[in-house]
Amino acid sequence: MIQAVAPKIEKNYLNEKVGLLSWLLTTDHKRIAILYTFSITVFFFIGGFFALMMRLELLSPRNWLVSAETYNKLFTMHGIIMVWFFLIPSIPGTLGNFLIPMMVGAKDVAFPKLNLLSWYIFMLGGGVTVYALFRGGVDTGWTFYTPFSTTYSTTYVVAAAVGIFIAGFSTILTALNFIATIHSMRAPGLTWFKLPIFVWSMYANSVVLILNTPVLAITLVMLAVERIFTVGIFDPALGGDPVLFQHMFWFYSHPAVYTMVLPAMAVISEIVPAFSRKPLFGYKAVAFSSIAIAVVGFLVWGHHMFVAGESVYSALAFSFLSYCVAVPSAIKVFNWTATIHGGSVSWDTPMLYAIGFIGLFTIGGMTGLFLAALGLDVHVHDTYFVIAHFHYIMVGGSVMAFLGGVHYWWPKISGKMYPEGLARLSALIVFIGFNLTFFPQFVLGYLGMPRRYAAYPEEFQMLHVLSTAGATILGVGYVLPLCYLIWAWHYGRDATPNPWRATGLEWKSSSPPPTHNFEVTPIVTAKLPYDYEAMKEELELV
Amino acid sequence: MSDPLVLELREQFATPEQQRHTSSIGIWLFLMTEVMMFGGLFVAYTVYRFNHPQAFAQGSAEMDIVLGSINSAILLTSSLTMGLAEFSAKFGRVRLSGILLFTTILIGLAFLGIKFTEYYEHYQQHEAPGVWFNHVGPHAPEVQMFFVFYFLMTGLHAVHMSIGILLLLGLIARNMVGSFSAAYHTPITVVGLYWHFVDIVWIFLYVIFYLPGLHK
Amino acid sequence: MITNFRLWPESASSVAGGVDLLFLILLVVCTAVSVGIAAFLIYSAIRYHRKSPNELGTQTRYNIPAEVTWTVVPFIFFMAVFVWGAKLYFEIQRPPDNAMSIYVVGKQWMWKVQHLEGQREINEIHIPVGRPVKLIMTSEDVIHDFFVPAFRTKQDVLPDRYTTTWFEATTPGKYHLFCSQYCGTKHSGMIGWIYALTPVDYQRWLTQGAPEGSLASTGEKYFHQFGCANCHHFNNQGRCPDLRNLYMRPVLLTTGKTIIADDSYIREKLHDPDAQVPWGFSANVMPNFTGVVTEEQILALISYIKALGPQPGTQEPSSSGAAPAEYGTQKGIGGPGATSNAGSQVEKR
Ligand code: HEA
Ligand code: HEA
Ligand code: HEC
Ligand code: CUA
Ligand SMILES: [Cu+2]
Repeated sequence: MIQAVAPKIEKNYLNEKVGLLSWLLTTDHKRIAILYTFSITVFFFIGGFFALMMRLELLSPRNWLVSAETYNKLFTMHGIIMVWFFLIPSIPGTLGNFLIPMMVGAKDVAFPKLNLLSWYIFMLGGGVTVYALFRGGVDTGWTFYTPFSTTYSTTYVVAAAVGIFIAGFSTILTALNFIATIHSMRAPGLTWFKLPIFVWSMYANSVVLILNTPVLAITLVMLAVERIFTVGIFDPALGGDPVLFQHMFWFYSHPAVYTMVLPAMAVISEIVPAFSRKPLFGYKAVAFSSIAIAVVGFLVWGHHMFVAGESVYSALAFSFLSYCVAVPSAIKVFNWTATIHGGSVSWDTPMLYAIGFIGLFTIGGMTGLFLAALGLDVHVHDTYFVIAHFHYIMVGGSVMAFLGGVHYWWPKISGKMYPEGLARLSALIVFIGFNLTFFPQFVLGYLGMPRRYAAYPEEFQMLHVLSTAGATILGVGYVLPLCYLIWAWHYGRDATPNPWRATGLEWKSSSPPPTHNFEVTPIVTAKLPYDYEAMKEELELV
Repeated sequence: MSDPLVLELREQFATPEQQRHTSSIGIWLFLMTEVMMFGGLFVAYTVYRFNHPQAFAQGSAEMDIVLGSINSAILLTSSLTMGLAEFSAKFGRVRLSGILLFTTILIGLAFLGIKFTEYYEHYQQHEAPGVWFNHVGPHAPEVQMFFVFYFLMTGLHAVHMSIGILLLLGLIARNMVGSFSAAYHTPITVVGLYWHFVDIVWIFLYVIFYLPGLHK
Repeated sequence: MITNFRLWPESASSVAGGVDLLFLILLVVCTAVSVGIAAFLIYSAIRYHRKSPNELGTQTRYNIPAEVTWTVVPFIFFMAVFVWGAKLYFEIQRPPDNAMSIYVVGKQWMWKVQHLEGQREINEIHIPVGRPVKLIMTSEDVIHDFFVPAFRTKQDVLPDRYTTTWFEATTPGKYHLFCSQYCGTKHSGMIGWIYALTPVDYQRWLTQGAPEGSLASTGEKYFHQFGCANCHHFNNQGRCPDLRNLYMRPVLLTTGKTIIADDSYIREKLHDPDAQVPWGFSANVMPNFTGVVTEEQILALISYIKALGPQPGTQEPSSSGAAPAEYGTQKGIGGPGATSNAGSQVEKR
């Protein structure tokens, strides 16, 4: 047995040092990953709480639960928290931090202190944003469109902007750390084309973050300066151009949506081969498609502004490029599917999430094709069709991938197994709840229900009620894993070093790993990535 | 004295070579983020200069071209001393390197001094944006916008200069305790890259803020 | 409790059918592809379900022809959709030449509408069916968005500039008008109705509650009230240009550039008169009317200036301001060019 090859060692990264300070001052990437896991879980449930409040409010066409002011703050804070304090840092901060050094066979990331600093910066940004929230919230929408945000809103715009600004530096530093790690910390023999696709995707993701986050930072600075000093930068009354703000925001935010899905794709690209016991189909195509998404993703921001008053010719170019950037996503979907075909497929929880991801991402992505079609976007822009589109990708896709990844690597992270039956059940609940929540929103959108509406005409009610019903089911599906994973941390069955018999370097270490990851620095001799054939003996797959 | 190479090797690295390589990747990536950050401002400036050419020319005419030019020369000199500091460290002349770093700080401070003199002048002439701004003549809001960008961009640059000076102070401190040698002086190179970058940004700022008003 | 439940929006404009068709085609193809993918996934997951704990999958790594196929085929399909969507977009964005104009001003949180005939409405617009209607829109404060689901049209309404949208209603009825760009507290209350009337009903509506006069005549009043008339004399072009026949004519500027005197240009004259000065005149003469005239008054003034020139609707104001080549006539020379243009216009109707 493998367990015999690498006996469970007593000292691991979790128990080597104890006490709160040993956590708060740690530079171990694995412990930092756990710090992130804790923080983003808190933020997710805060954001989810706002979502539930919104859904409840939308049960009735009139304002029955909260006022319009409150509703506007709800979706704004929901968007801000979910995007910047949950989804963007989620997979990179947790799984990325934990796995990248292990997957490249390193002792730690390139700059461990910087890594810890990132977490503190993140928490500071989160703290400032939560402060804005408690002082009364923000009501601009997560997009901060000017001149509403600079001149007309009376809420805590600057505080929220400062919070996001600060958190941005955390993102930048983490991304920088990953790139440096991947470039220079790879174990001997681990060449680029032997890297797990997880690493490729995270690399592409980090490049995007490094290039787009500073633009958001400076845009928020301009917004704050304009608001604090009441000078003209974007306000047309003072010679500014509100559309310039939109350009700068989306120059950041379109690439940002890919930074919300590339890490998810990274996770799926690991789960699918591991649970099919097969190398990832079309390795190079999948690797390069991440790079293509990263590069072309920078050129399509204008597709959010088809009716904002941009010229028809730039609209043409942006539409065209949006279709180009959809091709690499298609390549990935087909390659994952092909990987499953002919494999030895197990139906463990991570795989269920992965299959769910592929299906829901495909639907979300394809509705992106509807939006990118110029004439069609005129009708569906800023309606629930858009809301459904991105929740299919971000919730149906990325959150599912995150959950799948957490389950997949849970034995490695915690050293314990989670309860499989319960986990499968909640995966099913999430899937059903999710579709019930967001599918009706496509219909709502095409009917013309505008987004960000606290009250709405009665004919839309039926579909809203369905959506709210779905959201409560979805909520249950999210609370369940929280409970049983915490339970498993204490009472779960001990995990073997490689419970799934997967090929990655991270599985060569014990579960949980020792502080410096490997007893001996691994030397990679395999010729190919995901080389089940060569590792047959070692994994006892004969 | 123990070998500085081993002394300075962080535990996550296998070899000093790897550590050096990693540091240089790190700083170059960092500079890329800086390019994007200033880039955002340059783009916004360009858009508005294109939209309001007269107002921006008017604003630029209020710049003190003499002080600006002196400052450019000063900053280029500081790049020179910074470069020499790296160069001498490379040849093991760490004492000389320390002196040159100190010179760089002095020159940097001179730059900031002149910069703030300029700010003060603009403030006195009611050209500081916001409640302090009071411009008589046409296009007042747009002229104010010119000054918004002027203060924002040169201000951000000044913040970078100040950070640079702090970093240089750190280098001097480490140099005094003998951390650097011909074999190990990566921090000097890294800070040097940062310093040169900040200087280059200034050259662009000089061009876009001081020169447009010249032929007015 | 639930009224008017439906799954498909009403379609009541000339472009709605085209939009729906594209939507349906995409829906069919995408459903087919995703059902195909899902079926394949589920089939594989069941067919290749792990039979023994030590089982290994077949170790295939790639297949170039397959990779090429699933890269190229979707791309071709995407391009087809792109071209189709773009064609539709041009149709939706470009108002036909014979469209009648209505002015719309958005403000937190209402729609103010002015008809050329002088009618004013709030959160309601009466239009005739079977005639293209062009809206020239601006905002007094933040960005709003004019959205009529039944017409499949939508356009952001921005402060400090004019944007346009158009539609031709095909079925008489009452349709939702939504503000679809978040604009503050009562964003969801910034809704109204479009009444598409038969031509007969529309004529009746026009004559009911007759306004004081047309929008242009209101504009004429303002033209005197704000003192424009003090400088802009007719037939006596001294320091100030004669505004007759200005609308939609090319104007040579002091910078040597030529631009078209569209709505935006005239509006800019009131907010920043020196930004673009016509050739032969000097800057710093015309006062700045910012804060003096409201957006609605500006629209009335424009409509007056328009009435001074060629017939309304001869040439569309374009926000991009590109000069149409056929306008060779110089400003101020009312002459044959204008007449013939107006003439051809009449024929079209
Ligand atoms: C993770 C997030 C994420 C991702 C990955 C995407 C991916 C895509 N998005 Fe989405 N998008 C958002 C998040 C995301 N989006 C958000 C948050 C908004 C709204 C922001 C706001 O306003 O608040 C938005 C809005 C948005 C708009 C603007 C809508 C509007 O406001 O009017 C558009 C328009 O073009 C668009 C397009 C696309 C396209 C073409 C893709 C493509 O990359 C998708 C590519 C994937 C596929 C196409 C599926 C797989 C392909 C196949 C299986 C191939 C076979 C298919 C066929 C042959 C049909 N998106
Ligand atoms: C990135 C991620 C992300 C995620 C994960 C989600 C998750 C969800 N979102 Fe969100 N959403 C956005 C990003 C995201 N959203 C963005 C960017 C916008 C646009 C904002 C804007 O317009 O500015 C938006 C807007 C948005 C709207 C549109 C609002 C409007 O335009 O009027 C709606 C409406 O249904 C919605 C619903 C939901 C629901 C039901 C979930 C569910 O998946 C949530 C499920 C979670 C739970 C149900 C939590 C369960 C927790 C508990 C039950 C515990 C109780 C809580 C405490 C004790 C604190 N979202
Ligand atoms: C004090 C004199 C004065 C007053 C009052 C005045 N204008 Fe003008 N206007 C000018 C002058 C001078 C120009 C040409 C120079 C320029 O464009 O600034 C001009 C130019 C114009 C133009 C552009 C004409 C062209 O040929 O391009 C328009 C349109 C216009 N004015 C409209 C108005 C309106 C409407 C008002 C009233 C609300 C008004 N003006 C009030 C002096 C005046
Ligand atoms: Cu006006 Cu929303
Ligand atoms: Cu986008």
